[in-house]
Amino acid sequence: MIRFEDVSVTYDGASEPTVRGVDFEAPEGELVLLAGPSGVGKSTVLGAVGGLVPHFTGGTLRGRVTVAGRDTRTHKPRELADVVGTVGQDPLSHFVTDTVEDELAYGMESLGLAPDVMRRRVEETLDLLGLSDLRSRPIATLSGGQQQRVAIGSVLTPHPDVLVLDEPTSALDPAAAEEVLAVLQRLVHDLGTTVLMAEHRLERVIQYADQVVLLPAPGEAPIVGAPADVMALSPVYPPVVDLGRLAGWSPLPLTIRDARRRAAPLRERLADREIPDRTPPPTTAALPEPPALRPAPARRWRRSRTTPQVPAAPTPYAAEVRSLAVRRDRVEALRHVDLTVSPGETVALMGRNGAGKSTLLSALVGLVAPSAGSVRTGDAVPHRTAPRDLVRRVGLVPQEPRDLLYADTVAAECAAADRDADAAPGTCRALLTELLPGVTDDTHPRDLSEGQRLTLALSVVLTARPPLLLLDEPTRGLDYAAKARLAGILRDLAAEGHAIVLATHDVELAAELAHRVVLLAEGEVIADGPAADVVVASPSYAPQVAKVLAPRQWLTVAQVREALS
Amino acid sequence: MQAVNAAGSRAAETAPPAGSRAAGAARVGAGGTLHAPASAPTPAATHRHRATALHPGAWWLWALALGTAATRTTNPLLLALLVTVSAYVVITRRPHAPWSLSYGAFVKLALAVLLIRLLFTTLLGSPIPGTHTLVTLPEVPLPDWAQGVRLGGRVTAEGLTFALYDAMKLATLLVCVGAANALANPSRLLKSLPGALYEMGVAVVVALTFAPNLIADVQRLRAARRLRGRHDKGVRGLLQVGLPVLEGALERSVALAAAMDARGYGRTARVPAPVRRTTAALTLGGLLGVCAGTYGLLTAAGGTYGVPVLLAGVAAAFAGLWLGGRRTVRTRYRPDRWDARAWLVTASGVAVAALLFLAATRDPAALHPGVVPLTAPTLPLWPAAAVLLGLLPAFVAPSPDPAPKTAVKEPS
Repeated sequence: MIRFEDVSVTYDGASEPTVRGVDFEAPEGELVLLAGPSGVGKSTVLGAVGGLVPHFTGGTLRGRVTVAGRDTRTHKPRELADVVGTVGQDPLSHFVTDTVEDELAYGMESLGLAPDVMRRRVEETLDLLGLSDLRSRPIATLSGGQQQRVAIGSVLTPHPDVLVLDEPTSALDPAAAEEVLAVLQRLVHDLGTTVLMAEHRLERVIQYADQVVLLPAPGEAPIVGAPADVMALSPVYPPVVDLGRLAGWSPLPLTIRDARRRAAPLRERLADREIPDRTPPPTTAALPEPPALRPAPARRWRRSRTTPQVPAAPTPYAAEVRSLAVRRDRVEALRHVDLTVSPGETVALMGRNGAGKSTLLSALVGLVAPSAGSVRTGDAVPHRTAPRDLVRRVGLVPQEPRDLLYADTVAAECAAADRDADAAPGTCRALLTELLPGVTDDTHPRDLSEGQRLTLALSVVLTARPPLLLLDEPTRGLDYAAKARLAGILRDLAAEGHAIVLATHDVELAAELAHRVVLLAEGEVIADGPAADVVVASPSYAPQVAKVLAPRQWLTVAQVREALS
Repeated sequence: MQAVNAAGSRAAETAPPAGSRAAGAARVGAGGTLHAPASAPTPAATHRHRATALHPGAWWLWALALGTAATRTTNPLLLALLVTVSAYVVITRRPHAPWSLSYGAFVKLALAVLLIRLLFTTLLGSPIPGTHTLVTLPEVPLPDWAQGVRLGGRVTAEGLTFALYDAMKLATLLVCVGAANALANPSRLLKSLPGALYEMGVAVVVALTFAPNLIADVQRLRAARRLRGRHDKGVRGLLQVGLPVLEGALERSVALAAAMDARGYGRTARVPAPVRRTTAALTLGGLLGVCAGTYGLLTAAGGTYGVPVLLAGVAAAFAGLWLGGRRTVRTRYRPDRWDARAWLVTASGVAVAALLFLAATRDPAALHPGVVPLTAPTLPLWPAAAVLLGLLPAFVAPSPDPAPKTAVKEPS
């Protein structure tokens, strides 16, 4: 159905081809997974299927790509619209209309289908994706998972033979991701749709793949084969494969079920071993006290709307939230939330898309004011503290780290960060070199990879040495290597005495790092306890290793490796 | 034509697994309710809403007719009544959607118009002769070349009242346009455009969504400035996020253009060359005819040929549009129907306008209360009754669906 014949793509101005020697075929009704580290050209390969590369992006495509017998060289993307449905990484930039129902119909309208066919397919698709309750809702008011499903639905309605998806589950919580994948699997099984999908979170998708196309490094020819064979030599692999490699299982297990069947001997070997504590208990290593709050600058013309900042009574916690409620647009985003974070402690905030995780982080950093209850970070009340003082008490790395970066070179960015934080010149650059060696001063932040950009934003935030560090979805778009680096950095920061709060959908990261896990649902805290207890108790939040080695609470492959050595 | 047939046959092929799909759908549906708002309207209710939604054109005609009615009077009581009538309809009948929030913005704009007009009258004086001096501002002497302009000086009650009446007329017009914006989804109105103009219309609507996205970006980046320890308020803060905001907007536009292209935007059917040429000739000729006809109407000499040429031009242009529509393959999903209620809503607005026109000729004194000498305006009875006719949509238009109450949104 999709055939790549010795394809290489060179973008304008690039000296080397982004992808080279891509040669594979995706037969009808197969789910083909495109895997590989960041920056190897996965999106380029996906774009070539729909004709967006090179018709839209520019550059030179050598070789031949054919989809359902049509050569993308002679067919523009719009002429492939009836056979290829493409959903990019950001569903929001995909929507043309403003309500769910119109969005589902848009593609069919462009193709000129008959009104009764359109009506029937919209109804079918609403049911298929569980969207019928949302049919007349404006798209802007939907949560991330709902938007992702609408985006998939909007390309499904013209009944394309081929579906191309770029990271369809990265932004989704585990339950929403499973829903999306269940839909994809049914399309493959029942309708014979061919699906080509790129995804970093292999633990979610590898079990559904019929074939894996692995791009091992930039410019290298892909390795194509059955999932188990490719995983044996892949630089990116999910924890269950890691465990299989460690235990020497062959063929490698891809699902929890396969792994559990083979895990009996391993469980026995591990039965009498102590579970190593990957996350040492919170240290009392004290960070230097942040300078005292300065009085708010006097305003001549109007009375200051914020009440003068009074240092709050000292608290042993880095952050203390008491019966917090937040309303946003007449909606109660948070209610009765209690949370304390001690210095040196790492807390993972988890929950569905739209459960209030980002709102809680925003409240901790003073971006939203509580409508009831109190928030304290150290000696400051965040929404009443001047930004210059607040950065030394709490730092947030937002979901899109690029928002934090304004300058056009890394050096300028670091210099600005030093000025913002009143730090000695060179502080930020030194931090960056320590966290991310090998980034030159004149690099444009836009040219960094996702992981590098995140580390730059983290260095910028850390320049002010805030005792409380908040991260919103830090692993979105990161490959396993970048994720491991991030985990190492955060663990060191916690050992230095930083309190860390992560909002994340990534159960493996939470298992790796967190002392405590706090589950949010509908704006309320529904569970708060040691990471192992909370994640293992819930099937959708349990990491793969915990599922394989249940009932004992092994959480990560690293723990198993340490116990065996 | 071919596309339709192929699609139809494919739909027939996929019919058999419909049973299994329905079973699966039920399961996904059950899972889906996890994400659905707790008090979401029942599918039946929303279904009905879409099916019974009033034609957006009817709302626009109704609102514009009320606005036209407002231009016929300066009686503040009548104008206030017009605003109340439109506001009542908006409050009872507007859907809970982002575009209906624009009503508040229009009301604020109308208030700003009032204030600015009063401020200017206070500062620059008014040509209305008045005897009731409220306050005398120090007058700034101006050089000769600024003769006729006054800065400061006497502020009279008559001048202010006149300015207030005049500004209220404009404010009412603005509120009426705001009502149309709040009641009718602009992109649904687009669906009623002729086929040849649809693609252009989509481009316009997408361009219009640019502004709200830009505002959201500015808010996000200002928040990010706060995270960097810089002040997030003030003009400087706004200027410094300008470049990244524009950069982001540009990137999003490119991504959207790619998505639209990949979804078949701009697909055209093959049209025989003679038809294409005829279309071009008709459209161009028609537009030329419209220009020439208008010129003829406006000049003294062209009184004879003006009207026929204009009419011929309009006819040719419409024929060109109709022929041009054959180039587009697109069809329309559930277009809004112009039904009896749409007629009623339009008629109620037009009746208000017509009756006020009539009143303005019959009883100009009541509709334009005098300011010299200053008199208290009275409410003329039958024009007021006529304005109340505008309330009809509040009873015949379908009621909007209940608001989603727990739709917590997280940008992820």
